[in-house]
Amino acid sequence: MAANGQQLDTMEKANAFVERRFPFSLRRTYGGHSACVEFEPGSKEYFVCDMGSGARAFGEHVLARNAGQPAVVNVFMSHVHWDHIMGFPFFGPAYLPGTRIRIHGCHDVIEHAFRLQQSPPCFPVPFDHLAASIEFIRLPSGQTTQVSGVAVTPKLQLHDGDSYGYRFECGGKSLVYTTDSEHKLESDLNTDGFVQLFRNADLVVFDAMYSLADAVSVKADWGHSSNVMGVELCQIARAKRIALFHHEPANDDADIEQILRETVRFEELTQQGHRLEVLAAYDGLELDL
Amino acid sequence: MNLSKSMYADVLVLSPAGRLDHDNCAAFHSALERYLEEPGSTAARGVVFDLGALEYVSSAGLRCFMLAAKQARAHGGKILIAAMQPVVAEIFEISRFSMILEAFPTVRAALESLSPESALAYDRA
Repeated sequence: MAANGQQLDTMEKANAFVERRFPFSLRRTYGGHSACVEFEPGSKEYFVCDMGSGARAFGEHVLARNAGQPAVVNVFMSHVHWDHIMGFPFFGPAYLPGTRIRIHGCHDVIEHAFRLQQSPPCFPVPFDHLAASIEFIRLPSGQTTQVSGVAVTPKLQLHDGDSYGYRFECGGKSLVYTTDSEHKLESDLNTDGFVQLFRNADLVVFDAMYSLADAVSVKADWGHSSNVMGVELCQIARAKRIALFHHEPANDDADIEQILRETVRFEELTQQGHRLEVLAAYDGLELDL
Repeated sequence: MNLSKSMYADVLVLSPAGRLDHDNCAAFHSALERYLEEPGSTAARGVVFDLGALEYVSSAGLRCFMLAAKQARAHGGKILIAAMQPVVAEIFEISRFSMILEAFPTVRAALESLSPESALAYDRA
């Protein structure tokens, strides 16, 4: 037994032991929330990508940090498939009078989708009964728009019904959020466009749902990508970090950890004078850029 | 990247050498298409990729092998991989191409699995 002979008489010692001796997949979990990624550009306003099931916990965070006072929340939608909007009915600040929620995106169906999921018989609170002031703002794809001090550039992605990736820039730092995005290896135009989006990014949050073999064979045209493609695109673009995101729901913690190990190894095998840090996103992960 | 070919009885052996990546995969794919459509090769029992001299393969290169396998299957043939260097073998494993393309430690072992005649021809060559 690993704990034999150890003096673990306090919680601190026990936690330190677990942290030191066990892999992430045993001591914690990658979680299972669908997409909801906050970034903090140093503003009083909140910025978040997608309103998946993680939006409930994000809402609690906003209410706690604002001590119950109304906030301004800028949302950026990749697309409106259900796993990307399903958290909004449970987003606490939407029920707080005075809160301003600005939902940005490039689709013309975003408001329709948000209202639809709160229509009977799906949910008991109609969209019009929400207390917050909610705006829907259409962003032009391929163009940079300033949103409360953040430069936001959306890019069209290959996914059923279209999806959009985003590059956010502020204070000399850059974040790319690109999920639900399939990459066709035969398309130079695809590669060049994403290399431009990822160029020198401090962090790329990347859809790595499938293995490469699955993504180009049995799951081709399913609208998702792979760890290998993510690393290659980031290497060409000389991005600094990649977070593997949108994990395959069929994978358990051990599977995701194994994919992370392999992706780190792939980066080692293929790096040519540029180091890319590889990590796997998990619920509650926080990073400094 | 160079691509050479040999014929052992009824099996075509293709040997790419160097790096197969985004920059040269289109040329590699075109060359494969030509070889696989050549009279004789379509009737062949299969194709073995001898990867002994392949130093690196990117995702775009891996896709070429998959397309070649599809093309060969359409003609009733089979694609096998042989003699991968350790780095290339790791990339096959990480990308899970090891699950969709059958690999052998040596060219001879791959030939043997396709036809004893091709293995004998390889021994004689």
